[in-house]
Amino acid sequence: MARDTLTGSRIRERRIMAGIRQSDLARDVGISASYLNLIEHNRRRIGGKLLVDIAQVLEVEPSLLSEGAEAALIATLREAAADAMAAAPELDRIDEFAGRFPGWAQMIADTHRRLGTLERTVATLTDRLAHDPHLATSMHEVLSMVTAIRSTAGILADTKEIEPEWRNRFHRNLNEDSQRLAESSQQLVSYLDGAGDAGASLTLPQEEVEAMLSVRDYDLPFLEAADFDADAFVRDCAELTSDSSRTMAAQTLRRLHGDVQAMPGDRLHETLAEVGDDPLAIARAFRVGLAAVFRRLAVTPESALPRPVGLVMCDASGTLLMRRPLEGFPVPRFSAACPKWPLFQSLTRPARPIRQRVEVTGRDALQFDCFAISEPVGRIEFNADPLYHAFMLVMPASKRSANAREVGSTCRVCPSRTCEGRREPSILVDGI
Amino acid sequence: MTKRVLLIEDEPNIIEAISFILSRDGWEVATHSNGHDAMDAVRRRSPDLVILDVMLPGKSGFEILRELRDDPETDGLPVLMLTARGQNKDREMAEKAGASRFMTKPFSNSDVIEAVRDLVAG
Repeated sequence: MARDTLTGSRIRERRIMAGIRQSDLARDVGISASYLNLIEHNRRRIGGKLLVDIAQVLEVEPSLLSEGAEAALIATLREAAADAMAAAPELDRIDEFAGRFPGWAQMIADTHRRLGTLERTVATLTDRLAHDPHLATSMHEVLSMVTAIRSTAGILADTKEIEPEWRNRFHRNLNEDSQRLAESSQQLVSYLDGAGDAGASLTLPQEEVEAMLSVRDYDLPFLEAADFDADAFVRDCAELTSDSSRTMAAQTLRRLHGDVQAMPGDRLHETLAEVGDDPLAIARAFRVGLAAVFRRLAVTPESALPRPVGLVMCDASGTLLMRRPLEGFPVPRFSAACPKWPLFQSLTRPARPIRQRVEVTGRDALQFDCFAISEPVGRIEFNADPLYHAFMLVMPASKRSANAREVGSTCRVCPSRTCEGRREPSILVDGI
Repeated sequence: MTKRVLLIEDEPNIIEAISFILSRDGWEVATHSNGHDAMDAVRRRSPDLVILDVMLPGKSGFEILRELRDDPETDGLPVLMLTARGQNKDREMAEKAGASRFMTKPFSNSDVIEAVRDLVAG
């Protein structure tokens, strides 16, 4: 873990950006300019009070100097590097790059992300052309009419001697076909216009639902109203731009509405003050299921919680659905998640609550408490296998444990060397 | 001897136009306009060439083509496929199913005549 060796470079970078001379900074924090010079060239380790002092003079967070702002940035740069077929970027110097040229690095990361968005747009559009039955039918209709017209017009133009009956017949056909062509092309145009809705939904519906929740900081006080109308809400919600995201959001909100009705805010706050954020104790206090408690906590503002929470939900195929992100616990956006998450274990043991301490692979090795449970979806029937939704509540661990299970976010960016569950090679270089 | 062509297509004005140009070119043209009993029509008429549209009511042109190729009596019959979608996938499917030739709508009259002449001569 020789990752913090660039603290000095970051100090130098920030100092130059701030227009402060080396000797001035050294004087302000009470060290010699030559010592600061050694620090800036990463030849002396720095930490503790001196780092805090320097951060203060430079007006940045100390963590920005010690860890860099670039943890997330570096992850994105790695992905970009992995996708760069021809060029071979110097992966071993990625820290140095992000540290020394934060602007350029950010630009590459942004471009990479934008590329991803555009690729998805293209895939969506291609899908639509290939699979939209309405579009296919309209196109077929138009092409059939054009074929008939072309052929008939060709006959009229090229046939020197043509009996009047035939000529009249072909004229009539031309007239008919051109009318039908006009109608079907109009339909096609209005379909393409009306598909503005589908055109706008080039972000994934899940993303829009997440945006709807996150702009409200996961605080949805309107769910306290017994007569909350999910359909009316999603209709007027600016973050939801397509029918599919509105449908998905309404479904999510209806379920959350039920949870909030069972656990109203004021009583939840009392319970939290009484028993803390132990999900089991809350479930017992309200006599509700664990999954409901997980979801309820996920739509409680951070200010009302003893510690921040994250939530991940998936269906039986492992597809990630609703989520509330949690700092330090990375959840992949589009790729498949780490199979070692307790979330997925709970799918193999339906309805059995799981509590597990996990340690996220990577340099920070943060630990989290994960609570997971899966519950059947829809109505249960005799002798019919139900479908399950699994939920996992994630909370930062207060004390480190020696028995944490190692988990990642997704294989591509996971440095674990011995994982049996690995699906694809990591893009992390050796020795990180 | 006059060569016989069977045109299996569901768009009446296309049928009329193609029938006209092929008759003028000296063909004896029979037409059929649905997928269900297209096989029966082929057996009954025993044409020298079949022009087959991909999108037919009842049964797709690809299915009919496959049946033609599976039947020893018709497995060598020249078949000109017509489609309104020029996608490579359609072309591949047509080739795999054993189409002798593939033509994308909208085609010109001379394209059709050239294709049918080639198919029966070759």
